Amino acid sequence: MSIFKKYFTKDKKEDLDKGLEKTKKSIFGKIANAVAGKSKVDESFLDELEGILISSDVGLDTTVKIIERLEAKVAEVKYLNTSELNSILKRVIVDILAENNTEDLEDFVYPDYHRPYVLLVVGVNGVGKTTTIGKLAYQYKKRGKKVVLGAADTFRAAAVDQLKIWADRNEVQFFSKGMNTDPAAVAYEAVQYAMNEDAHICIIDTAGRLHTKKHLMDELTKIKNSINKKLPGAPHEVMLVLDATTGQNAVEQATKFTEATDVTSLAMTKLDGSAKGGVVLSISDQFKIPIKYIGVGEGIEQLQIFNKASFVDSLFDG
Amino acid sequence: MFNTLSEKLDSAFKNLSGSGKLTEINVAQSIKEIRRALVAADVNYKIAKEFTDKVKDKAMGSKNLLKAVKPGEMMVKIVMDEMVELMGGQSVGINVKGNPGVVLIAGLQGSGKTTFTGKLAKFLKEKKRHKVLVAACDVYRPAAINQLTVLAESIGVDIYKEIDNKNPIDIAGNAVAYAHQNNYNVLIVDTAGRLAVDEEMMNEIEGIKNAITPTETLFVVDSMTGQDAVNTAAAFNEKINYDGVVLTKLDGDTRGGAALSIKYTVGKPIKFASTGEQMDALDVFHPERMASRILGMGDIVSFVEKAQEQFDEKEAKRIEKKIKKNKFDFNDFLGQLNQIKKMGDIKSLLGMIPGMSKLKDIDIDDNAFSKVESIIQSMTPHERANPDVLNMSRKKRISKGCGRNIHEINMFIKQFNQMRKMMHMMSKGNGMNQMMEKLNNMQGFK
Ligand SMILES: Nc1nc2c(ncn2[C@@H]2O[C@H](COP(=O)(O)OP(=O)(O)O)[C@@H](O)[C@H]2O)c(=O)[nH]1
Ligand SMILES: [Mg+2]
Repeated sequence: MSIFKKYFTKDKKEDLDKGLEKTKKSIFGKIANAVAGKSKVDESFLDELEGILISSDVGLDTTVKIIERLEAKVAEVKYLNTSELNSILKRVIVDILAENNTEDLEDFVYPDYHRPYVLLVVGVNGVGKTTTIGKLAYQYKKRGKKVVLGAADTFRAAAVDQLKIWADRNEVQFFSKGMNTDPAAVAYEAVQYAMNEDAHICIIDTAGRLHTKKHLMDELTKIKNSINKKLPGAPHEVMLVLDATTGQNAVEQATKFTEATDVTSLAMTKLDGSAKGGVVLSISDQFKIPIKYIGVGEGIEQLQIFNKASFVDSLFDG
Repeated sequence: MFNTLSEKLDSAFKNLSGSGKLTEINVAQSIKEIRRALVAADVNYKIAKEFTDKVKDKAMGSKNLLKAVKPGEMMVKIVMDEMVELMGGQSVGINVKGNPGVVLIAGLQGSGKTTFTGKLAKFLKEKKRHKVLVAACDVYRPAAINQLTVLAESIGVDIYKEIDNKNPIDIAGNAVAYAHQNNYNVLIVDTAGRLAVDEEMMNEIEGIKNAITPTETLFVVDSMTGQDAVNTAAAFNEKINYDGVVLTKLDGDTRGGAALSIKYTVGKPIKFASTGEQMDALDVFHPERMASRILGMGDIVSFVEKAQEQFDEKEAKRIEKKIKKNKFDFNDFLGQLNQIKKMGDIKSLLGMIPGMSKLKDIDIDDNAFSKVESIIQSMTPHERANPDVLNMSRKKRISKGCGRNIHEINMFIKQFNQMRKMMHMMSKGNGMNQMMEKLNNMQGFK
């Protein structure tokens, strides 16, 4: 509870709770059922646990890892009740999330000795890149930052209009060269514009692309390079947006986008749905990239800072 | 790292080969592997279990029948047959009969509804010669109406929209009346994305459906969806009782286990496969292809289609002539490499060929070509056009130019000459034409 007091306002916690309600019910409710009447961890409990984790998109490898660790921990103890087992399991999962050695953010902050701080946002089609940018702009603006949004999705129909609407909503600056223009040139000039305007942060939206399309991934590399050409050291952050609804393919996405652009942060959207978001565990288990934000709705305020402990906590709290 | 389904199946079947027959024990072992493999392909956990239980029964029941077949192959066949049956035999069309016929499009946020709306409109207009109207009922997402407007314009289809109306139920109803008055054959109603857990929005889509009584209601779902596919598919089905499912983003590398989960859960046919961002990247759904994709058994038909897409007849004729005269040179070779590269990611291409999926992790990556390219690019135009002039001093210069050692240069040139010789020999038997004929025949198999 204390963690929530620290990081979430009441409203925010309600949002998150609402988003995670299903997860909570299904994972930990089921575990309680699974152990009811049993004094130790047996084969059928582990089978059940495996099923629970997998149907939350945790993925096979990570599920096996969790179960093995749980078994090892439990082997030291003779008798367990439900709540003891729950807390051991919870610790195992938190540990896995913590193993990538990345610290959770404490607020919507970034290393502001960079000016402009350039953030490039990438991901497959429809995951929520543009929406996440709109929400981020809101947070930064609220913290007194001068924000520029650069419209380098020049491909998807009306993509520029969409980002423009977010810029207007937030009353932040907007740079575009229109549709069907070279995205690398847009990115380059957007950074230039941000420099001219002495903006604090420049967020570049890109077109969604499937990670299997080599020419599109090359294009992304080109966008990144052209930003770097304009401003050495930039982009300072490359954020991959993942959709919580996505299954194991999210791992492939993380792999391929990292290859093309050296992704440095992750955001996971649509956690307000019934998808369990367990893929966060798989990805955290395999990549040393911090998960920074979670999207919990379509509203401008519905972006939250990812916090490992709260994430697992809110899964356990009744 | 991430084991592909085919690898898992391969190892499952390895347990079976050699032992001669399907026994309770080796079937049980393989079944466990198959189940895990299905799960890695995002098939819902419970469904994977039920599915493999069924396969197990079949396998055990058939053990005495087919002595001649290897047990591994036998299992593959049972799994494939079972899955194809589950995915639905023949592809099913959509109902657009009416005055107008009305198609309602629904699904989660970002699943690809608007893009599909455009594709379906184009398909109905061009392939079925219908007069099509699309209606923009996503009043929530910024610029969603603009998006459909741009798409409609690009395919030459009319759009119905009410910029200032925030009530999608009214807009949809008005669109039907408008389509009727203006003699459109088909109206396609695009709606906002919504979560199945969002009660208000789910009531809204039900309201839209009641207001327009569509002849066809389609649920659009991203093929990358994970375990949640069953919940969402079931919730939408309960609310709007859709007639069919559209799978999108199948041009990626997802195994697409969600397709099986959804079919299994709601029993509704999958009617279309959406395979790209272009307006003509729409395909009818092929259950066999999907089954082999989920199982990682390769998708030879898609491979051939991709190959044909890139196949430039004129260029092939030109090359063929050169080969016949034994004049195939480095420029032609580069051109061919580029053709192959255009087909996409080499690894995913290989994965489409049955039995090749194991090769995927070996060193064939897209950079395999870059070495060869760098060597050729270090040649003079004269050398590229006349492979026979390459003597030692030229090779040394090339070696310096591309930073590869002389041994690598020699190896490549030797391979090139061998290939050239072989192609020349083949060309006398008209091999190229035969190959293309074969490709064409396979097309007919779809
Ligand atoms: N429920 C929900 N919807 C979201 C969230 N983030 C984005 N979306 C929706 O997902 C759809 C696609 O978002 P968009 O930002 O256009 O995706 P992009 O193609 O990656 O830029 C839109 O309808 C958004 O409103 C989220 O956290 N929760
Ligand atoms: Mg976008």
